[in-house]
Amino acid sequence: MNMKATMIQLTTPLSKATIRSLQAGDQVLITGTIYTARDAAHKRLAELIDKGKRLPVDLENQIVYYTGPTPKNPANGSFSAGPTTSSRMDPYTPLLLEKTGLGGIIGKGNRTPPVVASLKKETAVYFAADGGCGALLGACIKQSTLVCWDDLGPEAIYRFTVENFPVVVAIDCKGNNLYENGPVRFKKPS
Amino acid sequence: MMKTIPYSRIVETVRDLCLQAAFELPADVGNALKKAQRAEKSATGKALIGRCITNFSVAKETKIPICQDTGIAVFFVELGDAVKIKGGTLPRAINEGVGRGYTEGYLRPSMVSDPLYDRKNTFTNTPAIIHMEIVEGDSLSITLAPKGGGSENMTTLCMLKPAEGEAGVISAVVNTILKAGGNPCPPVIVGIGIGGTAEHAVKMSKKALVRHVGTANKNKKFSVLEKKLLTKVNESGVGPGGLGGSVTALAVHIETCACHIATMPVAISLSCHVARHATVIL
Repeated sequence: MNMKATMIQLTTPLSKATIRSLQAGDQVLITGTIYTARDAAHKRLAELIDKGKRLPVDLENQIVYYTGPTPKNPANGSFSAGPTTSSRMDPYTPLLLEKTGLGGIIGKGNRTPPVVASLKKETAVYFAADGGCGALLGACIKQSTLVCWDDLGPEAIYRFTVENFPVVVAIDCKGNNLYENGPVRFKKPS
Repeated sequence: MMKTIPYSRIVETVRDLCLQAAFELPADVGNALKKAQRAEKSATGKALIGRCITNFSVAKETKIPICQDTGIAVFFVELGDAVKIKGGTLPRAINEGVGRGYTEGYLRPSMVSDPLYDRKNTFTNTPAIIHMEIVEGDSLSITLAPKGGGSENMTTLCMLKPAEGEAGVISAVVNTILKAGGNPCPPVIVGIGIGGTAEHAVKMSKKALVRHVGTANKNKKFSVLEKKLLTKVNESGVGPGGLGGSVTALAVHIETCACHIATMPVAISLSCHVARHATVIL
């Protein structure tokens, strides 16, 4: 069976219509530009938003990927870049969704209720990537360019050009949540 | 008769251990994942475990780190009382080896110097966390178990009342797994330390993670509890990636120690499925 045939192909940036069409549990392959940002970059982005300053990157309809890649191996340009735990970004996410028009987020693990509410309100989608599969996911990233904040090392903001980057819709813009619905199906009744 | 080990040999050895751990998953973990793939009842969970297995072979062949979080470098060192290190101290040699391994191997520097205010990356992945034990003999055993931050954040310590007994331990473990959900990258290995003091219980729980996957505690009562806990954890439904399934843990390992009449510390450490560890004996 061709896996790709059962998967939804998406290109960035994401239109609101595309975001509305996605449902929790959908398998998706993303192609285009995505931006990395994790703990330290989120802190700086939130500080800039609070001060009313311009952000170093326009995130409208874009996707932010919670990852801190390994340094590029100069021999072949390869690196590892799987998702990091999303809940650490929860304190910043509603602000970012509201103020930047961000369309999607890639990470791993469940989100808090304010984030789910914000995804609904701002019509945004939360994707989960395979945790601990950084080598495989790194191979789907064809180009990586530093956008800003080099002093943060792996926590800097990078622009990735991705091809068929595999994710699953974890929380859709209606608030359906695979992290809640999935385990319930397999939980042994007590 | 003293055995002398040169400082530079320890540096080289630690450097190589860092690279080995980042690129090659130990065979016992790989085998446990293959078994988990067969056992998993969720189709998406089964596919996810399949991709984890592919990821390991890609990492090994292409020398791309298995996971971008190449971890905080945690060492369990057993230093023989008849071993002399020539040319410098053991902790310094280990830290120098970590700095070299992470820099030369293009592994991710994940350490920040000040944990609260500045949080500046040290860019060498040092300092390492070193647990040292003096043992009898003339050998030096160094185990490196790089620990990812996602699973480390799920560590719990419960100072239970002795009256809470086995049921208290089971509920502490299951609650930890439910609360952790997809964060520690399940299927996980569950390391449990029971007894000792608070800090010793946590240390035992971490050391339990480097045990050969699925080896039982030597004490029958605790090996039975390990099995019972594995069943309970897998009945949680958390599953691969936390997205639902029948395999949440690959194994449960318990380590124990005597404790105070008033206490029953229970510490739970989780390792993601990238349960990296590498040992060398000099």
